[in-house]
Amino acid sequence: MLLSNALNLAANAVGLSTSGDQFDPPSIGEFFPQAVLFPGTIFEMNRIMMIRILILVLLLVIFSLWTSKFKKAYKNQQFVPSRFQLMGEISLNFVRKSIAHEQLGEKDGDRFLPLLATTFFIVLGMNITGIIPSLNIAGTSVIGLPIVLSVAAYVTFIYAGIKKHGVKFFKFALLPSGVPKVFLPLVFLIELLSTFILRPVTLALRLTMNMVAGHLLLVLCFSATQFFFFSTIVEGFTKAFGVGTFLFGFVFTLFEILVAFLQAYVFTLLATVYIQLALADEH
Amino acid sequence: MISRIIFTEATTQNPLVPATPDLIWSSVVFVILLAFFWFRVLPNFKKTLDARTDAIEGRLAEAERISAEAAKQTAAMASAQEDSRAEAAALREQARVEGLAIIAEAKEQAQAEQARISATAKAQIDAEVQAALVTLRTEVGTLAIDLASKVVGASLQNDKTATAVVNDFISDLEGGKKK
Repeated sequence: MLLSNALNLAANAVGLSTSGDQFDPPSIGEFFPQAVLFPGTIFEMNRIMMIRILILVLLLVIFSLWTSKFKKAYKNQQFVPSRFQLMGEISLNFVRKSIAHEQLGEKDGDRFLPLLATTFFIVLGMNITGIIPSLNIAGTSVIGLPIVLSVAAYVTFIYAGIKKHGVKFFKFALLPSGVPKVFLPLVFLIELLSTFILRPVTLALRLTMNMVAGHLLLVLCFSATQFFFFSTIVEGFTKAFGVGTFLFGFVFTLFEILVAFLQAYVFTLLATVYIQLALADEH
Repeated sequence: MISRIIFTEATTQNPLVPATPDLIWSSVVFVILLAFFWFRVLPNFKKTLDARTDAIEGRLAEAERISAEAAKQTAAMASAQEDSRAEAAALREQARVEGLAIIAEAKEQAQAEQARISATAKAQIDAEVQAALVTLRTEVGTLAIDLASKVVGASLQNDKTATAVVNDFISDLEGGKKK
């Protein structure tokens, strides 16, 4: 039942059931579909929440498989990884080596790896659903998840700073040494705004808005294709525009794959850089 | 147009304000996955990688140990070779010296033998000469006596001169022998 509901709603999302002959442009309502489970409670579930649960389960399954491979390899002292195991190692090493170790060094990189790896794979998994047929919307295109992730990054970099420098962390961050006394109040305000307010906000907004814009673009392209091909008010040669809008949709679908990876990378990298800045001795 | 698209229904929902269920499900997803990665995936991942690193380093160390051992063996073999070569050289030298000694001894022996042989030969020759002399003397004496008897017998009464010649002859013989 859940699956058929999800499929119906997916069909809605790509405009297959565009009613009548009018062109219905996509709206922000796309991101607030009707409730499917527990309506009215705080556990109200619409199809985007269901997509998140689906991705949660998928991530759990695939990483469990990889983990059991790791365990087996360790138990048997089998040091040549199988192809499947190697895929898992490459995925995890991408976060570990290219992001964490690169920015934080091996020790701190491994220390903060749980948060960074979780962030990366959640964002990637949730982003990619934007172009998966029948899901067709990114789990990160509703702001709740980006907020949770950016709050986690925010809390973590402040924790890292306080753990390393104590209260001095705030002095380092807000009143950098070497600034003329006259400018200190100004610098203080700017740093307060940029470090403690804008960082988490931009993290969350960048991700959400990228996914929102990507989704709207795709829906626009494909619902226009639907309109040009099948609407009764479009006649003759004009229908050919549908080919163009379909091609655009196709190209943007490929582009969205890139964006999904890129945003996951950018989000994780920025979280890492914030932690690195908090750990740095002088600002 | 984009703004119209986005905000036509914005009155009902603000995309920047999270709904409570949105936050709740997001947190659920995040917390589960964070715990999953933190306590299950990453520890096993690191353990496997570390074990592999250890194994690779262990194998490298083992290879190093083996090559060191091989080098040691090579060195031992080389020194043994050197030893045997020196020994061979010493043996050769000793043999040469011994050879020289043998040759010298042989030479000496040969000389001694030669001396002995020549001494023996000389003694024999002397003895034979002596024997010959004795024989000769005896025979010459006999001959002379015979001749003398004949001469004496035949012409002693006739010729006193002949008797004098025989006497001279015999005294000459004795004088030659003395000389």
